[in-house]
Amino acid sequence: MMPGLMDIKCCDKCWNSSSKVCPESVECIKEGPLCHEDKDCGNARLSRVNEFLREDVAAPVIFVGTGTCGIGAGAGKTVQAVKAWIAEKKINASVVEVGCVGACFLEPLMDVQLPGRPRLSFSEVTEKNAAKILDSVMAGTVPAGNLIGQYDSPSGKLQPWPGVAPISSHPFFAKQTRWVLRNCGLIDPTSLDEYLAHGGYRAYTKVLRSMTPAEVCDQMEKSGLRGRGGGGFPTGRKWKVALNSPSEQKYMICNADEGDPGAFMDRAVIEGDPHRVIEGIAIAAYAIGASQAYFYIRAEYPLAIQRLRTAIAQARERGLLGRNIFDSGADLDIKIKMGAGAFVCGEETALMNSIEGRRGMPRPRPPYPAVSGLFGKPSAINNVETLANVPDIIWNGADWFSSIGTEGSKGTKVFALSGKVSHTGLVEVAMGTSLQDIIMEIGGGVPDGKAFKAVQIGGPSGGCIPSQHLDLEIDYESLKKFGAMMGSGGLVVMDEANCMVDVARFFMDFIQRESCGKCIPCREGTRRMLEILDAITTGRRDEKGHQSLERFKGVINLEQLGTVIKKTSLCGLGQTAPNPVLSTLRWFRDEYEAHVYERKCPAKQCKSLLAFSIDHEKCVGCGLCTKACPSDAILGAKKSPHHIVPERCIGCGSCMEACPIGAVSAE
Amino acid sequence: MRQDLTQTIDRIMSAYPGAGRDALIPILQDTQEDIGYLPREAVVLIGEKLHLPVSKIFGVATFYNQFRFEPKGRFHIQVCRGTACHVKGSLKVLERIKRELGIESGRTTRDGLFSLEIVACIGACALAPVMSINGEVHGRLTTDDVVRLIKDCRKAAETGEAR
Repeated sequence: MMPGLMDIKCCDKCWNSSSKVCPESVECIKEGPLCHEDKDCGNARLSRVNEFLREDVAAPVIFVGTGTCGIGAGAGKTVQAVKAWIAEKKINASVVEVGCVGACFLEPLMDVQLPGRPRLSFSEVTEKNAAKILDSVMAGTVPAGNLIGQYDSPSGKLQPWPGVAPISSHPFFAKQTRWVLRNCGLIDPTSLDEYLAHGGYRAYTKVLRSMTPAEVCDQMEKSGLRGRGGGGFPTGRKWKVALNSPSEQKYMICNADEGDPGAFMDRAVIEGDPHRVIEGIAIAAYAIGASQAYFYIRAEYPLAIQRLRTAIAQARERGLLGRNIFDSGADLDIKIKMGAGAFVCGEETALMNSIEGRRGMPRPRPPYPAVSGLFGKPSAINNVETLANVPDIIWNGADWFSSIGTEGSKGTKVFALSGKVSHTGLVEVAMGTSLQDIIMEIGGGVPDGKAFKAVQIGGPSGGCIPSQHLDLEIDYESLKKFGAMMGSGGLVVMDEANCMVDVARFFMDFIQRESCGKCIPCREGTRRMLEILDAITTGRRDEKGHQSLERFKGVINLEQLGTVIKKTSLCGLGQTAPNPVLSTLRWFRDEYEAHVYERKCPAKQCKSLLAFSIDHEKCVGCGLCTKACPSDAILGAKKSPHHIVPERCIGCGSCMEACPIGAVSAE
Repeated sequence: MRQDLTQTIDRIMSAYPGAGRDALIPILQDTQEDIGYLPREAVVLIGEKLHLPVSKIFGVATFYNQFRFEPKGRFHIQVCRGTACHVKGSLKVLERIKRELGIESGRTTRDGLFSLEIVACIGACALAPVMSINGEVHGRLTTDDVVRLIKDCRKAAETGEAR
């Protein structure tokens, strides 16, 4: 084992060793020495810490963002290219693979840091231009083309690159408050020492050494932290109930089953800073008196699982997990359970059933999980982002955390910005930031000059906020007022080309397939709602029997059906399942009416309602549409205008895509 | 076949000493990881070892989207149908793949080359629309990209190189 930060021994007064660990040793890394006063000892410690903080480096370091999103954008090849470049130039430089900094739209990202200079960040670095950028930086000139900016030098010792803007002034980063994401994309997620150098685990050892579980719960409650996974229940209060439920065995669970399509902050935090989440769950376990903790994580996130495994093994090896941790008497073991692809398992009681090896169906409550949860024992369950907030709250205090935010919602929230927005990625802002700021300023607005229409927030349980309410300041309460909810914080932006009925149908289809089937309102109700939406979006040519009569009946029932499902479903997911439909009905009733009365889709998304035709003036008779048509509905001789036979057309739109001159139109 | 299978299941189960019901899902996951799907015989064997009725195990296995009861193709294509991908046109991508391969999702082509699966979200929303082929994520897809990627796979299969 390489000596790391936990092995620091400044002088003979320090008795810390791997065989007998000093309980203060982790806090001592940055704050030390705590047991005696000696300036030299402090400086000796700090110089070791600085090696891992990497404010300055001894030899060039090249960072490549290799989260799942980075790899999808081609970062794997970038890494290969950088390594080949180092080998070719025979330079003493190292490559560090980091997680995602959140700026997914700029990926693949590469940072370069030279001795004495701050770290530079470049966007869209592929295997083709990597060598060129590196050559130019090594020669002392910063290529402007792919440059994002340079990082700050906290100590002011580094000489900034002339003419390079600080990265914090980039519009994507300028309005963010990065607490949970502070290390993501900056540190090596496979290195425990880097996390320690950034102050990692000192909150945990402080808790073990000097706080009672009740004090931890009190501090959480005072901070005002609320669950970041959906409901927004106060974390401290949840822990308190679990703490006060007597039992010799309790369980702490981290919900990393990020099933909400459109949200990926949990994945990014685990991939980029896994130790933060482990420290969070360890503090939580201590606070409720659990000696066993679980990570329930989606199998669709293989990289996150791998990072988590590595991090848990490291923590175990250094005695941060295990028996009698740091001589405190507390035990903790963490197990990883992989989800198996069921949306409903994001619901806490369904998740517990899944860990027990059963079908992931919610349980009626009471009893609440904090009283009788996993294996019938008191259990607390928190989302990844919630737990990632915990270490800083403990270390900096409840007042620090509650200093930002709104009256009922404190701290920050990470949003996953995606859809029709220029800057897609992860954004962390203070609670109470307006949607306008998030989408138009940080997100850079809607691309291609199109008009913003609405933003869907909270996934299948949430709702949409239309353009006239863009000034809404986001917190738990304000969203509820507008028929949406925080959910896990997925923000999917939609422009004028998106049909709101189609979006509602999409969510209903998703929920209907993912309904576990236990309670009737959700199982049957969502199915009926989907059928109604199907009927609304079906054109005459696809209708059978009495469907054209049924569709009117359906529309009348849609709203009522939604209200009943909300009131009578068993679990939180069922109770929120009609939200996407109800909220689009509330804000975009005219679009529904156009579908129902005029059988028209204003956004031209519902294919069944579209009639395709070829402009005879424009058509040059190239025949590409004929080839593309799967139902032989296009006729015409070569080099003369073609024609679509409406009776044969299935409305797939292939001809429109195939036409090189845009002669096919849809009405 | 049965002999091989028994050995495989024994090997997988040996990682879970004293396994109870709570180990069922991980065992099924390992089995699928190893064999590529859950053959009926394997489920029966697991049931015998865990002292669980086969019906219960199928009850659990069919509940979760992850489990397959048909062999995977050599190229396993997962198309993301999350919200972000939807608004960026993943339905078109999916339909093109279906047309190109001639199969519905959840099925495998007759030549055993491709299997298609719809997944809720890969978590690479910023690159929407995305799909993954044997775990490798491809982002910002167009229908042309899809055709090209499938062609590449076919070519790779012909030349016998592993992708």
